[in-house]
Amino acid sequence: MSGPNTDYDPVEVTPLKADEVEAMREAALAAIAAAPDLEALKQVRLDHAGDRSPLALANREIGALPPQARKEAGQRVGQARGAINQAIAARQTVLEAEHEERMLVEETVDVSLPTLRRRRGSRHPITLQSELIADLFVAMGYEIAEGPVVEAEWLNFDALNLGPDHPARTMQDTFWTEPADDHVVLRTQTSPVQARTMLTRKPPIYVVCPGRVFRTDEYDATHSPMFHQVEGLVVDEGITMAHLKGTLDHFASQLFGDDIFTRFRPSYFPFTEPSAEVDVRCFVCRGVDSASCRTCRGEGWIEWGGCGVVNPRVLVACGVDPEVYSGFAFGMGIDRSFMFRHDLEDLRPLFEGDVRFSSAFGTEI
Amino acid sequence: MKAPKSWILEHVDVPEGTTTDELTARLTLTGLKLEAIASPGKDITGPLVVGRVLTMDPEPQKNGKTINWCTVDVGDANGTGEPQGIVCGAHNFKPGDLVVTVLPGGVLPGGFEISARKTYGHVSAGMICSARELGLGEDHDGIIVLSEDAGTPGEDVRPLLGLDEEVIEFEINPDRAYALSLRGIAREVLVSVDGASNFRDPALRNTPAANDQGHPVVVEDAEGCPVFVARKVTGFDPAAPTPDVISQRIIAAGMRPISLAVDITNYVMLETGRPIHGYDADKLRGAIVVRRARAGERLTTLDGTDRALDPADLVVTDDSGIIGLGGVMGGETTEISDSTTSVLVEAAHWDAVSMFRTGKRHKISSEAGKRNERGVDPTICEAAADRVVELLVEHGGATAEPGVTVVGTPPQMPVVQVAGDLAERVSGMPITKERSVECLRAIGCEVVPAEDGSGTLSVTPPPWRPDLTDAQDFSEEVIRLVGYDKVPSVLPTPPSGRGLTRPQQLRRRIGRTLAGEGYVEVVSFPFVGTTDLDALGLPEDDPRRRMLRLSNPLSSEAGYMTTTLLPGVLRSAAKNVGHGNTDVAIFETATVTLPRDGGPAAILPVDRRPTDAEFAALDAALPAQPLHLALVALGDEVSGGWWGEGRPVSWADAIEAVRSVAEALGLEVTATSADLAPWHPGRCAELSVGDHVVGHAGEVHPKVCEAFGLPKRTVAAEVDLDLLIELAVHLRPAPTFSSYPVAKEDVALVVDASVPAADVEAALREGAGELLESIRLFDLYTGEQVGEGRKSLAYALRFRAPDRTLKEGEAAAARDAAVALAAERTGAVQRT
Repeated sequence: MSGPNTDYDPVEVTPLKADEVEAMREAALAAIAAAPDLEALKQVRLDHAGDRSPLALANREIGALPPQARKEAGQRVGQARGAINQAIAARQTVLEAEHEERMLVEETVDVSLPTLRRRRGSRHPITLQSELIADLFVAMGYEIAEGPVVEAEWLNFDALNLGPDHPARTMQDTFWTEPADDHVVLRTQTSPVQARTMLTRKPPIYVVCPGRVFRTDEYDATHSPMFHQVEGLVVDEGITMAHLKGTLDHFASQLFGDDIFTRFRPSYFPFTEPSAEVDVRCFVCRGVDSASCRTCRGEGWIEWGGCGVVNPRVLVACGVDPEVYSGFAFGMGIDRSFMFRHDLEDLRPLFEGDVRFSSAFGTEI
Repeated sequence: MKAPKSWILEHVDVPEGTTTDELTARLTLTGLKLEAIASPGKDITGPLVVGRVLTMDPEPQKNGKTINWCTVDVGDANGTGEPQGIVCGAHNFKPGDLVVTVLPGGVLPGGFEISARKTYGHVSAGMICSARELGLGEDHDGIIVLSEDAGTPGEDVRPLLGLDEEVIEFEINPDRAYALSLRGIAREVLVSVDGASNFRDPALRNTPAANDQGHPVVVEDAEGCPVFVARKVTGFDPAAPTPDVISQRIIAAGMRPISLAVDITNYVMLETGRPIHGYDADKLRGAIVVRRARAGERLTTLDGTDRALDPADLVVTDDSGIIGLGGVMGGETTEISDSTTSVLVEAAHWDAVSMFRTGKRHKISSEAGKRNERGVDPTICEAAADRVVELLVEHGGATAEPGVTVVGTPPQMPVVQVAGDLAERVSGMPITKERSVECLRAIGCEVVPAEDGSGTLSVTPPPWRPDLTDAQDFSEEVIRLVGYDKVPSVLPTPPSGRGLTRPQQLRRRIGRTLAGEGYVEVVSFPFVGTTDLDALGLPEDDPRRRMLRLSNPLSSEAGYMTTTLLPGVLRSAAKNVGHGNTDVAIFETATVTLPRDGGPAAILPVDRRPTDAEFAALDAALPAQPLHLALVALGDEVSGGWWGEGRPVSWADAIEAVRSVAEALGLEVTATSADLAPWHPGRCAELSVGDHVVGHAGEVHPKVCEAFGLPKRTVAAEVDLDLLIELAVHLRPAPTFSSYPVAKEDVALVVDASVPAADVEAALREGAGELLESIRLFDLYTGEQVGEGRKSLAYALRFRAPDRTLKEGEAAAARDAAVALAAERTGAVQRT
């Protein structure tokens, strides 16, 4: 079929006539323009630009023309095919864009659907509160000291100036272990860590110790046989009550907000002398119109913990020379701090293991 | 200590117009913390007046009761001056008595509004009140009958009953025992409140000199009882009523009026701080002897308890035997009764430590014991006894016997050397030596400044301050009077800190990792009982059954310190299930207590540092307390929803949680099959890091699930975190990557079902050699195609060389070598 055909009279090669080529081009361009989608355009491409399209077939006839006519016919067909290919490419771009746009519309989802498929974990608020407090002190240059919860009686009491017949021993209802003559207790306070610290480090000592403590309190809304304290101890040259006040004021402002400070009231702890109760300015009412304040119950102050200047007797028992060094110590309830910081009236949810409680606090507070 | 304000002000003057709030605020700042201010009459409003019963007609009722139809003279209080008609159900009064009458319009405690109302056929216009109706105690046996001279009809009864009194409750610290008395509180007012003056010491009395006509007393243990004073009255009227002011004050102080003689001893104790004991003198037989008890001796105390005495107990005896537990509680045989006409008054000073021990030994907590064990002024025994005698004479019609027995002398107070600048050095605020001296003298110290220019003060504390023994104790006294509120706020400058220790950091990392894995942290009490371990299915010889026992647990079912965190987390999980939560994942980190035979923890001396050996021995005496992690999961790990089915948790999740923790520490955990309670025997993994077993994980035994009320297929793990943290990789080397292409080979191996997949993988790894980059089990198949008792493991192997592109066939050769070794080691047959 292909190949030169010398039998033809050029005039009679109809497909190569100018108007025929023009018609073919018009037909092709019309089909291209009319192609509604990429699928239709593919067919149009086959029909009008494929190997068997009229122009392709006409092209093959060029050889049948006399040489002088071939150039003109070739140009004519070539231009027509070029125009068609261009039109197809243009249409292709338009249709592809349209298609993409339509696909994106069709793929629309309801983004309001719930997305939670995996359980959310969280840490216990008391852990978080302890870490937050530890961080406040680490930022000041303190270190975190630790000690066991099942503790030697001597470290929990005697070394802290709480001799066997000290009335204050009855202030702290102690869990004793068997056999009784082993002199082992569940620590009633984090203070034995003070003694341990002084026995294992040389001054200057700047430590805090958050941890669990135990007392034989019946479990109710405000008492628990296990609770958490943070103990602070500083032993250095020239340490005074003023340093204690400064430290606790700073602690209070970091934990409860700018301009929150503390108040000292005389108190009694065998391991400190002088001793003080620490009240923190109510961070809700700030002492203004306190009468209706729920957080401080109208006091303007919240009882926060105890503190004092380390009793020289404790320094002696722990091998620190009271003629050279002095120190201060303080102890606050972590649970208690958490409770008023987060408006919790009943402490029991802290120890009930209900995931709804811990989950409310996530992984940082 | 509860003290009526009027009683305090009987002993000290404060500037005119000083409010109760001002008074208590000041006392709080100097050390007597205000606990509460109560007013017994604060819930009573409206007319509450003295009434005189004019007529009283008993009227029996159908219900069996008899009521009294009374007319009561209430003066002009009812606006008419006419007698008031009132129905009264009580019978303990008679015409002519003065009673407490509330008139219509009055409101009694509990919001009880009084109005004229028709009852029992009369219009009762008011009510005759009992003590309980006025909130004055529990007495509801009858109405209050006022003493004949109490007041006149129509007069407001509130002041007469002390209803308008403000009762101030102070929290008294153990070192301020002197403030357990009006004497002590008034003295604090004097030194604390600006402008307070004119302290009237109730213990400052002219007392008759001791003589030998008094009741004979022998003190055999002068250390236990340094001072014993005895006085006697006769002709006491046992029926004499206690004056209202005394009974009201006793009630206000939180005690109970009993009888005039007893009330007076209590009254004087509250007033002076010195506990007093009264004996029925007619029941005493011969001389009083104070000594320590002897083994086997017994005493029935006033509370009716028969007690076996300890040789360390101080006792008071006479010829009949033991008549009292000295300073703690009297005995029944010589108790003052409603027929007592002679009273022997004992005011003795007792050794505080003995008092503390006896009180603790016999579990007696009394007002007297509370004071005696904290320390009472030893110099006021004579004054206190004299004050009791005075009141017995005044209110009981008694006659004071001339005999005055005084045995012993008060111990001397020590002289303490205090540096003149100590208060300044301790407080960090300027306090001159002169100011210190002034403060110390104000609280009753004798102060003698040294004449050698050293600035040292020789300070003798007053006898009511046995707590002041060390120099630093005196600095507290000075600083509290200067004012704790004056202490400046100064930040010290610590040396450069080292931040958290590595274990501290890692513990936080572990918590965050588990939270990231979807586990919620819980905190449990460490107390368990053997039933908890039974519930875990622990065999009798399981080492976890060896627990530290508590002597005084809160509950006998939880009398031990736990050796495993599993009971706590399983209980918590069950609680969540009980609350309707179907998908639970929780964890806890805490120490467990593992007893070891370390021997007793010595009570070391406190006047020196323990030696390193002594300190080490203390630690060795304590149980091991490693930090553990336990976790429990149940329900769905991925919940079902619009995206498809949920995925239930499985034994693998428990292992994976531990693996994620280990990975956070740079560690790789190997799981091998194990059989350990409380896990399912076929689904329990022993978890190891290298040669160290770090814990166990897997599915909880169905019986254990049942015992804890948990759904079947609950999974759990417990790990020794201290061990994991110790093993943690500190510095991890940076990885290098090959950028040459990867060659992938898959193999499917069929092995006996009993062959651990880990063994097959290990053999493949080893056989594949260095070119193996990774291996992943992507399919596990059991079924007909591989035959009974067999399983097919399909692995994807990736090969890559660090320095070149692998040659054709190199990966396949490595794969074949891997398969060959797996075949040799595990009998694996390549599946085709």
